[in-house]
Amino acid sequence: MADIQNYTINFGPQHPAAHGVLRLILEMDGEVIERADPHIGLLHRATEKLVENKPFNQSIGYMDRLDYVSMMCNEHAYVLAMEKLLGVTPPIRAQYIRVMFDEITRVLNHLLWLGAHALDVGAMTVFLYCFREREDLLDCYEAVSGARMHATYYRPGGVYRDLPDCMPQYQASRWHNEKATASLNENRQGSLLDFIEDFSNRFPTLVDEYETLLTDNRIWKQRTVDIGIVSPERAKALGFTGAMLRGSGVAWDLRKKQPYAVYDKMDFDIPVGKTGDCYDRYVVRVEEMRQANRIIKQCIAWLRENPGPVMLNNHKIVPPSRVEMKSDMESLIHHFKLFTEGFCIPEGEAYAAVEHPKGEFGIYLVSDGANKPYRLKIRAPGFVHLSALDEMVRGHMLADVVTILSSQDIVFGEVDR
Amino acid sequence: MNKLIAKLKSFTLWELLIGMKLTGRYFFSKKMTIQFPEEKTPTSPRFRGLHALRRYPNGEERCIACKLCEAVCPALAITIEAQPRDDGSRRTTIYEIDLFKCIYCGFCEESCPVDSIVETTIKNYHFTKRGDNIMNKQELLAVGDKFEQRIAQEKADDAKFR
Repeated sequence: MADIQNYTINFGPQHPAAHGVLRLILEMDGEVIERADPHIGLLHRATEKLVENKPFNQSIGYMDRLDYVSMMCNEHAYVLAMEKLLGVTPPIRAQYIRVMFDEITRVLNHLLWLGAHALDVGAMTVFLYCFREREDLLDCYEAVSGARMHATYYRPGGVYRDLPDCMPQYQASRWHNEKATASLNENRQGSLLDFIEDFSNRFPTLVDEYETLLTDNRIWKQRTVDIGIVSPERAKALGFTGAMLRGSGVAWDLRKKQPYAVYDKMDFDIPVGKTGDCYDRYVVRVEEMRQANRIIKQCIAWLRENPGPVMLNNHKIVPPSRVEMKSDMESLIHHFKLFTEGFCIPEGEAYAAVEHPKGEFGIYLVSDGANKPYRLKIRAPGFVHLSALDEMVRGHMLADVVTILSSQDIVFGEVDR
Repeated sequence: MNKLIAKLKSFTLWELLIGMKLTGRYFFSKKMTIQFPEEKTPTSPRFRGLHALRRYPNGEERCIACKLCEAVCPALAITIEAQPRDDGSRRTTIYEIDLFKCIYCGFCEESCPVDSIVETTIKNYHFTKRGDNIMNKQELLAVGDKFEQRIAQEKADDAKFR
């Protein structure tokens, strides 16, 4: 009898469905996966070590680049950890802005995930529709921070600038006449809040459209139902968080269980799945988009009513405003001190976690009283999820690896750090 | 009855047809495409793009070589060397930004006490030679001179938020 051996194939690191730079060694028995061995580290940038060499504020921009599809949520965890050690609480308006942008980020992340997931499974159209909506949200990012992705917007003690009161407009060209441009600019007439409100009013219908294309579709169901099942017990044992855990039926959400910022004042539900397969995770994430939209609406209503400061007035941490800095000697000294040396954080350690679109994103910060962290540990949800990939794909077919991998919502910026 | 309807829907590929109806509607509806070089998406005045060094209205360069931007730059993209000028005022002799290192965080602009270094809303630019990515003082000042009106307007728009 011929000696039959398992076949090993190399999936990635340049595979478009590997979501970046995952190298996966698959041991196959025919079309069936016997063992999957993910190799990570191809996007390692030593963020944890980098931040040890910089004053605290300078690392905010590096947090954006961890999970580069949910930028502001990463910043939030880092800023929260610093604020915990400093013992300061940002103004309430800043907290509302943070919550609103956290939820915008969640929608951004889930839209990218939905598009990429559908594309991996074989549906092209959803990807285009999702990116159309992402465009509007990225405009919000740009309007508020000046960058479409790497915002560097949250600061210890608040957020850098208040929301702008006008939106940039489209200009007429030979492709779009005055009338067409006017209709393009229709939702850009008011402030940023009006723009976001217009989006949040349109968004539920758009989610319905994605669901029309996918939820009942028999091909979609054949590809996702009962694929990559994780039981609630296993999900907990494997350290899952976020939509991965909720897809398995465990109602765990840091926004409810240990509320940070103003999430305790928000009214929203936690969707949970039943079987813990790829389809449930899809349904949970789609519902999360609707819930995020609900939170955004509540934030808009509050922010309209309550103008106020968005930064603390504590010039030992927060640089003074530009007018103050230019007119007052003491403020100028603070300005120079903060932009060269930065601020020192009292000795101690803190762990701050946020409900990131992917799961629990935590920053463990140890300070020895200097102006830079002594040690910073990033708890990345994607890393935990990826380490369960082997268990999830065993016994499935080769094509299901792609489905399971993308249903985990892997981004290598945070896995490799 | 419900079972019968479900069977019927399944048999007639109902959910696929509904999906096709949706995509068909978008196929014939107005496109949202922006034809890039001729038209551009709107840019916020806060946008952080290409750097520029500004001058005062009398033509004197603003930068006083305080080196705050050099100190605050997380990516160490800025290099400054300074010397007193002939008239005794302190000015930079070298001011270079490596645009490959720059992460466009905007901290240099935030730190500048005289509004000299700014990030403009210019987002379409390119290099043709190796080494062009390092912008020296003359190039930065040239960008500032060329777009001074636009920069001043954008900074004025955003001044009340800073």
